[in-house]
Amino acid sequence: SEEEECEHQAESSSHSSDRTTIIAIAFEGGVVIGSDSRVSAGASVVNRVMNKLSPLHDKIYCALSGSAADAQTMAEIVNYQLDVHSIEVGEDPLVRSAATLVKNISYKYKEELSAHLIVAGWDRRAGGQVYVTLDGLLARQPFAIGGSGSSYIYGFVDAEYRQGMTKKDCQEFVVNALALAMNRDGSSGGVAYFVTIDKDGTDEKCILGNKLPTFFDE
Amino acid sequence: MDRPPNPQNTGVSTGTTILAVKFNGGVIIGSDSRASIGGSYVSNKMINKLIQVHDKIFCCIAGSLADAQAVTKMAKFQLSFHSIQMEAPPLVKAAASVLKELCYNNREELQAGFITAGWDRKRGPQVYTVSMGGMLISQPFTIGGSGSTFIYGYADAKFKPDMSREECLQFTTNALTLAIGRDNVSGGVVHMVVITEDGVEHVVVPGDKLPKFHDE
Repeated sequence: SEEEECEHQAESSSHSSDRTTIIAIAFEGGVVIGSDSRVSAGASVVNRVMNKLSPLHDKIYCALSGSAADAQTMAEIVNYQLDVHSIEVGEDPLVRSAATLVKNISYKYKEELSAHLIVAGWDRRAGGQVYVTLDGLLARQPFAIGGSGSSYIYGFVDAEYRQGMTKKDCQEFVVNALALAMNRDGSSGGVAYFVTIDKDGTDEKCILGNKLPTFFDE
Repeated sequence: MDRPPNPQNTGVSTGTTILAVKFNGGVIIGSDSRASIGGSYVSNKMINKLIQVHDKIFCCIAGSLADAQAVTKMAKFQLSFHSIQMEAPPLVKAAASVLKELCYNNREELQAGFITAGWDRKRGPQVYTVSMGGMLISQPFTIGGSGSTFIYGYADAKFKPDMSREECLQFTTNALTLAIGRDNVSGGVVHMVVITEDGVEHVVVPGDKLPKFHDE
């Protein structure tokens, strides 16, 4: 019947999290990686509390954007490949290795997949690192933003980022950036998840909607 | 000189960044200075997008340059006639209204949006936005044009009501610089006009004097 057809169409039009905001920033001893929590299909929010930060290894996380299915599958595959790799080398994998594995998949299946993962983590050799893997390129950056909500915060992150920020500065930076993007992007919203990774471990935090920073017009 | 290919047939458009901000005692209206064809050829590096429609009322244009020029020309005429009839300078809201009527009544054909800012004796400094379809609203500050998407976050975070003139100049220059840095159809110099009860001052910041951010 007509009703069933409409529902089916709404669901199959990719539960896309390209409609999202993701961000990662490196500091002296680690990284902070964050995301919003909205998954929308057209005008409907199908999940308002989705955690888009996926662990690839103990101290390496990735942030998912683009088609949710593609992104999740890529993260799972790389998770498996990293486990194998770390057994082979006998120690924790490098963040660059994780990013390279993601890049290999992105590049090889460029035409079929539409997902962008930002990879961030800490390793003994190079400390905190952030890598972008958009369209199959691999580049290390001091910080990275992605998803539809990121357009609105380019000016903010360009202005606010400075070298030598502390862990606390970075956490504030991530939460402020997410809050600003969620206020302006219809496809980003819900709660702000962020993970802080350093040599001592990973710390996952969630900031509820009403506890996010507010700005002049709120 | 041959024109470069323009597959979308868009004509000269002001892919642009424009904004207007109210501060304590006045308004600042600002823009970049680039006009482009098809998004890949810069047809004018130093175009002035800040149009004076009356002594203390300016507007800036986004969208099709031709449409914007035609509309502002009409608005200028209507406003000067109106001010003769009223025997007083027009209100900023009147100027914005005139633009709004033109945009709304011709919304099918036109492709231009406006920001109007100025000072009048009745309400002091004001900023109005007339969107492309002809909606008119008053705001403490407003941004527009293609480059504006990149600075929503910055503007939301950094704007404070009742700033001083210097703070406001800094805010405007920073915002335009950040937008120019990320939007390839915005560029050139930063034009700003400061409008207060005492008069109108035009400030131009050339490209090499713009603030530099972390990656430059």
